[in-house]
Amino acid sequence: MLPGSAPAAGGTGMFVPAATAGTVLCCMCGVSMQPNPANMCARCLRARVDITEGVPRHAAVVYCPDCSSYLQPPRSWLRATPESPELMQILLRRINRPLARLRVSLSGAEFVFSEPHSKRLRLKLRLRREVLHGIVLEQTHPVEFVVHDRLCDSCSRAQANPDQWVAVVQLRQHVPHRRTFLYLEQLLLKHGQASLAIRVAAAPSGLDFFFGSRSHAARLVDFLATVAPIQTSTAKQLVSHDTKSSVYNYKYTFSVEICPICREDLIALSRQASRDMGGLGPLVLCVKVTNAIALLDPLTLRVHHLEEKKYRVYNFKAALTSKQLVEYIVLDIEQESPEISIDGSRYQLAYAQVARVSDFGKNDTIFTVRTHLGHLLNPGDHALGYDLYGANLNDDDMDTAMTRYSLPEVVLVKKSYEKRPRTRRWKLKRLPVEEDAANKAKGEEEKRLDEYEAFLRDLELDPEMRFKMDLYKNEDYRSEMASTVGDDIPTVPIEELIEDLTLGDDEDDDGEEAV
Amino acid sequence: MATRKFRFYFLRVIFLVASFVPRRLTLSGIQFENNCEVGVFSKLTNAYCLVAIGGSENFYSAFEAELADAIPVVKTSIGGTRIIGRLCVGNKNGLLLPHTTTDQELQHMRNCLPDQVVVQRIDERLSALGNCISCNDHVALTHPDLDKETEEFIADVLGVEVFRQTIAGNILVGSYCAFSNRGGLVHPHTSVEDLDELSTLLQVPLVAGTVNRGSEVIAAGMTVNDWTAFCGSDTTATELSVIESVFKLREGQPTAIVEDMRKSLIDSYV
Repeated sequence: MLPGSAPAAGGTGMFVPAATAGTVLCCMCGVSMQPNPANMCARCLRARVDITEGVPRHAAVVYCPDCSSYLQPPRSWLRATPESPELMQILLRRINRPLARLRVSLSGAEFVFSEPHSKRLRLKLRLRREVLHGIVLEQTHPVEFVVHDRLCDSCSRAQANPDQWVAVVQLRQHVPHRRTFLYLEQLLLKHGQASLAIRVAAAPSGLDFFFGSRSHAARLVDFLATVAPIQTSTAKQLVSHDTKSSVYNYKYTFSVEICPICREDLIALSRQASRDMGGLGPLVLCVKVTNAIALLDPLTLRVHHLEEKKYRVYNFKAALTSKQLVEYIVLDIEQESPEISIDGSRYQLAYAQVARVSDFGKNDTIFTVRTHLGHLLNPGDHALGYDLYGANLNDDDMDTAMTRYSLPEVVLVKKSYEKRPRTRRWKLKRLPVEEDAANKAKGEEEKRLDEYEAFLRDLELDPEMRFKMDLYKNEDYRSEMASTVGDDIPTVPIEELIEDLTLGDDEDDDGEEAV
Repeated sequence: MATRKFRFYFLRVIFLVASFVPRRLTLSGIQFENNCEVGVFSKLTNAYCLVAIGGSENFYSAFEAELADAIPVVKTSIGGTRIIGRLCVGNKNGLLLPHTTTDQELQHMRNCLPDQVVVQRIDERLSALGNCISCNDHVALTHPDLDKETEEFIADVLGVEVFRQTIAGNILVGSYCAFSNRGGLVHPHTSVEDLDELSTLLQVPLVAGTVNRGSEVIAAGMTVNDWTAFCGSDTTATELSVIESVFKLREGQPTAIVEDMRKSLIDSYV
């Protein structure tokens, strides 16, 4: 070991000599400093070298005042709120190329406040660059962006013709009621499928959805195909044609027709159809409509799912619909078989003695029928069903079935509860549908309200249907003091309700869904 | 006899006066063909000076103007190249040349240099002797990987004590330090402990500094002997003052700057 050197013990036993850096003089100004690759003090370096030389100090950015979005050349528009990270990203991309060319790297950027109406955005960048034998210098550099106003393409198109649509989906169901559309409306709200529609208009026996692009319309049609049995056909119409660049602008029409069979419809199957479905009794009840129809034979408790395509082979119509339901009172019920569950719904075969409510006090007409509602009905209950005994039907298949088989006189469909006009704890949202004022017939408004009420009552009965849509808490609900002891009217439990979002002077309620 | 004696005394006085006349640092405008690396193209010792053959005579004239009356200034090349400062090493006792030196060059140098200087060509794998070895008249620092025989040659021909060392972690000691019998300048990143150690070995004051506006390659940027130093034209005033003070080139007038410099100098005389 040489004299004068201080030994330092390394942890591993290796001899690591201590090395304190000495000081040198800055070669320009002579101030004592730690040695660095340039051997100049920081001030001399900064005075000598300006790393922000050549970095742009001004740049321009284009802004659409309507939709507050910024242009990203060549063609995309990005939404950004003032002084947001998205805006910073857009601005930094504008000056990225010159920075990269100068081999200057960005180590930080922040906004400097500027008045919003000044049309200037100011950024303070922190730039880093290597100079002179590997020294990295960092320097701040302000950049000012001039904001130019220009309407983006979609806003200018909307401004020019606000009703301009490119594609329309014409949804139709040729049935006299609008229950399906009420249900579909709730489904569309839940899945947000109608958010892209420019307009929704009501048409006789259907709805029209207008869209700004064909792909949005196709998206709605695809969604409808999964929730309802539909048949689609498309058409297009040439609007304009650019000969130079061979661009053709069309208007597209999607004609969507929903199968006319609804829930609670009574159908008489033809011999062919009955045979094809495995001998399903000539009378079937439709219990569920998704993208296939579920047909229940109430006498054998067999459910058959019929797809849209198969349905088109037979094209049968409903013999009796829910408008023709008649109220019965159950006199006696005798369970015949144990309760079974098909597709999540419960059925039980039972013999019931019923009488029409209109007949009840007046005469002795009693019907003994087999019903699938054995699990629900008790003596003394009211039920709704189809009166085949007294019905006058205009259906070929029904006539054939009547001659060949002995059909039951009554087909019970559902249990009915006392009608109680009261406010509900929950409410539904509606789609903003434009009503066609010219098409209003007398009494139609009342009919619509009745249908809506019936729909809400159906919702209360069926938890599975409730599951598919959003129910919101009704603030106007006041729980009634009337005693509900012994009352088995089904109500919607509060756990399924969503808090509605109200934007007002007080703070917002965030939607909470507690399951 | 009296006149002879008087003349002798007179001459002696002149000689003494001549040796103590404070020699100023050479002007900071020296360049070899627009290149500030003076130490690459020249070799300066106490007994002689070697200069590369350049296109113009400015470089040679600069040396001649300063040194002609004291020591011979020899124009030469080594192995046909002009980077003679980095290829050869020498002091007042001898000169070592790499194996690439041609016979004519060797003979030319033997002829031009004074007789007491032993000119020797050695066979060494590391042929850039100027980069590998740095010496004054008493001590030499060498590259750690130098051959044993070369080390012996150095000890014999140059008459010095040889130490294998590194400077600031660099093995090319000949490039990163320049020292004379009176002081030395080393690589700026040399730590304080290393400076201590080297100073003890060399027995001269050392300082860490730069030359040619922050260049760390000291020996390439300047060349020095006991009374003169030549620096590249890029050398800043600060660097010049550091060099002046550590090599003790400006005697008799300690200026305020020199006082400040002393704080950063390490004086360790035995």
